[in-house]
Amino acid sequence: MTTDKDIIIKVENLHKSFGELKVLRGIDQEIERGEVVVVVGPSGSGKSTFLRALNMLEPPTEGKIIFEGTDLTDKGTDINLHRQKIGMVFQHFNLFPHKTILENITIAPIKILKQSKEAAEKKGMDLLKRIGLEEKADSYPSQLSGGQKQRIAIVRALAMDPDVMLFDEPTSALDPEMVGEVLEIMKKLAKQGMTMIVVTHEMGFAKEVAHRVLFVDEGVVKEENTPEEFFERPRDPRLQDFLSKVL
Amino acid sequence: MDLKSRFILNFVQDERWRYLVNGLKVTLIVAFFAALVGVVLGFLLAVIRSTHDKQGNVKILNVIAQIYITVIRGTPVVVQLLIIYYVIFASVNINKVIVAILAFGLNSSAYVAEIFRSGIMSIDEGQFEAGRSLGFNYVQTMRYIILPQAFKNVLPALGNEFIVLLKETSVSGYIAMEDLTKGGDIIRSRTYDAFMPLIVVAIIYLVMVLIFSKLVTMLERRLRNSDH
Repeated sequence: MTTDKDIIIKVENLHKSFGELKVLRGIDQEIERGEVVVVVGPSGSGKSTFLRALNMLEPPTEGKIIFEGTDLTDKGTDINLHRQKIGMVFQHFNLFPHKTILENITIAPIKILKQSKEAAEKKGMDLLKRIGLEEKADSYPSQLSGGQKQRIAIVRALAMDPDVMLFDEPTSALDPEMVGEVLEIMKKLAKQGMTMIVVTHEMGFAKEVAHRVLFVDEGVVKEENTPEEFFERPRDPRLQDFLSKVL
Repeated sequence: MDLKSRFILNFVQDERWRYLVNGLKVTLIVAFFAALVGVVLGFLLAVIRSTHDKQGNVKILNVIAQIYITVIRGTPVVVQLLIIYYVIFASVNINKVIVAILAFGLNSSAYVAEIFRSGIMSIDEGQFEAGRSLGFNYVQTMRYIILPQAFKNVLPALGNEFIVLLKETSVSGYIAMEDLTKGGDIIRSRTYDAFMPLIVVAIIYLVMVLIFSKLVTMLERRLRNSDH
């Protein structure tokens, strides 16, 4: 291990409870810049909560999230400022139904980054071209297929020039034939060096793209390894059991 | 007496139609400004209530808003009107139109608040999270993402509330304000003919409601066009 590791997110002793229910029971992680980390685990394991804690959508009950040197759990931190640098893609897309596709992409750059409408739209159109959906610029989300919506959601997050992208089961709500087009974009993004943390059930994606795979179970990271080791030689019995079910 | 001469007696003779025209003006002014008060105040109350529901802060404001809404919705509007006129402004010489605007506006705000609140709460939590995840703060998320959608959803209910308000102003006679209803009633007391003036008053309300309903429908359709 070299000492000049560029740690973008450092998670320390992360706990999250919903009332009596302890969902996260102490997670420590370091995510390097440019790293693609895939998080897998059974449903209810806390993997989505872990991801949503990283941008404080689920404020931790205990522990620290240090993003680019700033502790996001600190009350004095302006979380909105840092969220601009943490893109997020949701299972259910969450596009804004009252805005056109182009407006969905440009609203945050215009309102938050104070970009000019022209500049934001130019960039928005460039992003749309890259995913082959430029002809949908003036459509509304309800006119798009699920796969198209999720690709737009990815682009909407990218329009803010994030340093890291969080994916919360991005393909789980899609019809099977649309999963591929979304994964394709995520792969491209990974190749371009984007730091990505992906909660998913797509083991193929994990094998192909991930630098590291985490197995989250019962609120802790039970095992983490390179994809080869993770899938070929799982050590934790719970992981072995999990893999035998999903593979 | 045939209909024609009854019509002349009730509306033409002594220029009695003026009671209706002047009354209509008062009714429209009261309804319009009361709706304005209702929407503005109701909107504020709704934002307080839903901010509390979503964020858990603004506890004290929320309690005040809740009490206000409970009291207003739990008491008759006529009683509220009488209290404002005879109790709150008892020692002040105040224009009755202003009293009526205040009374009906405050009354309406409690209902509008619940309409707006249900509209805000009906928007999927994912919309809120998407906004926040992009870096919008709470107020910006409300303004750019939640409220435009909520407003569209509650428009029919708001239109309905305005119709109720418009008709409710007909009790203004309790503080001897000469609105449309009172105008018709004055004619009745002069001509001893109840049928003609009261039916005409009813028709005027009906026409106003129909026109307004039509406007709301048109606005709804226009908003829906941008949404598919």
